[in-house]
Amino acid sequence: MPEFLLLALLGGIGVALVAGPLGSFVVWRRMAYFGDTLAHSALLGIAVGVLFDINFNLAVVSCCVILALILVSLQRQRLVATDTLLGIMAHSSLSLGLVAVALLDDVRVDLMEYLFGDLLAITPTDLFWIYGGGGVVMLLIWKLWNPLLAVTINEELAQVEGVPVARIRLALMLLIGVVIAIAMKVVGILLITSLLIIPAASARRLASSPEQMAVIASLLGVVAVILGLSASMQFDTPAGPSVVVAALVQFLLLYSLPIRSVA
Amino acid sequence: MSPANLVEITGLNISFGNNSVVENVSMALKRGEITTLIGPNGAGKTTLVKAVLGLLSPTSGTIKRSSALRIGYMPQKLHIDTTFPLTVARFLKTAAFASIEDRIVALQSVRAEHLLKQSVHSLSGGEMQRVLLARALLRKPELLVLDEPAQGVDINGQTELYKLIASIRDKYNCAVLMISHDLHLVMAATDQVICLNHHICCSGHPEQVSADPSYIELFGIPGAESLALYSHHHNHQHNNHGDILPLPDEQESDHHHCGGHH
Repeated sequence: MPEFLLLALLGGIGVALVAGPLGSFVVWRRMAYFGDTLAHSALLGIAVGVLFDINFNLAVVSCCVILALILVSLQRQRLVATDTLLGIMAHSSLSLGLVAVALLDDVRVDLMEYLFGDLLAITPTDLFWIYGGGGVVMLLIWKLWNPLLAVTINEELAQVEGVPVARIRLALMLLIGVVIAIAMKVVGILLITSLLIIPAASARRLASSPEQMAVIASLLGVVAVILGLSASMQFDTPAGPSVVVAALVQFLLLYSLPIRSVA
Repeated sequence: MSPANLVEITGLNISFGNNSVVENVSMALKRGEITTLIGPNGAGKTTLVKAVLGLLSPTSGTIKRSSALRIGYMPQKLHIDTTFPLTVARFLKTAAFASIEDRIVALQSVRAEHLLKQSVHSLSGGEMQRVLLARALLRKPELLVLDEPAQGVDINGQTELYKLIASIRDKYNCAVLMISHDLHLVMAATDQVICLNHHICCSGHPEQVSADPSYIELFGIPGAESLALYSHHHNHQHNNHGDILPLPDEQESDHHHCGGHH
């Protein structure tokens, strides 16, 4: 196996593993559009990273977190409906990012690489970020698993029972921000949410507990990465979108098979 | 703070922006007593309950709770997305502070142990409410707060649910604060009724409240009538309602008869 393919495979698998449990929360809490909005702001993070010469991963994570905080505070003021607010922020942050990148005329930023990912150009440094960042995310999800579930079931009930709801919600946003930063290289800004939600939605078909759903989502994600990459090699298609298409095929198969519904 | 009181509320005001929702409310919750909050929609009942739970902070006034008060809470509705695979057992397990024995005992005390392995998405309204009640009991509560516990439960289930709540009060000797619209069903088991329309219109024992002009103004004669019915059921000496509720004798004896069946 050529080295670039091995790196691509390892990178994709790392992202798929961590996307499983986090994607489950995105599905349960109906945060798909929220994830999209955060992902769109990642390009702004790249521009900021170039401008101030900061590590791109750090810049993207901070940009996602700042956007999430702004979102939460705007949501509280109820100026407009949440979906309108998300729509405004998603597209304006993407546009701001595109404009900012264009203004940095002395630096060439390969837009396609960030918008759709460049799985086949993953470097060992990227792998370090994927497994380092992903490992930290996994550890935190493991530690916070029960309070995360309690907050997902009902925030007020959780608060009465002594769960620090505000901090847990913030932690979840932070984790999503980190995953977006590390998954950007694999599927790109525009497709990140699909890697979070499609395997999780497929896993729902087979799972009867939240733990099962998280694990199955990870495994389905890994299979999608392997299938997508092979297809990409075979048919010379772009790697990131091929992975998403593979995940979609899994989803369609699982939902068309007559499986007895569980829990 | 008097030692008999678990919660003491004095001069409580809560407003959102310019919208004053709770006005000058003072009340106390006592161990072993069931307090029922009634009032029209938008009267501030849920807001008041959330303030008692500590989910909302007062705009002015004080809420004193006895130290380390254990509160069990049953929210009005539990919306769990159907994409969330969850059995009753796993749902109760997310209350990490409770042991397995606690969870079984809580389910038994609401007579729902047979639901343990079922998906929460397959429960009927009444079953879901009992599971939620079990969850509230996991805290071994000194104060049980129930926001419209009988919502979405059929009429037979409602009577049973209110009986269950009364029996839980007896078993745990806890204070119960609940919001209810089912006046005629809750009154029999209520020690204190608080009629809320932003401010407290009237409060006291069910019989007193039913005779209060401000109560009748708020709910009209039919509401007061159904309340009087239960006062009769409790105490057949009460004929002084005649002043407010001019019922013919025949009809009143009908009510006696009807009350006897419940």
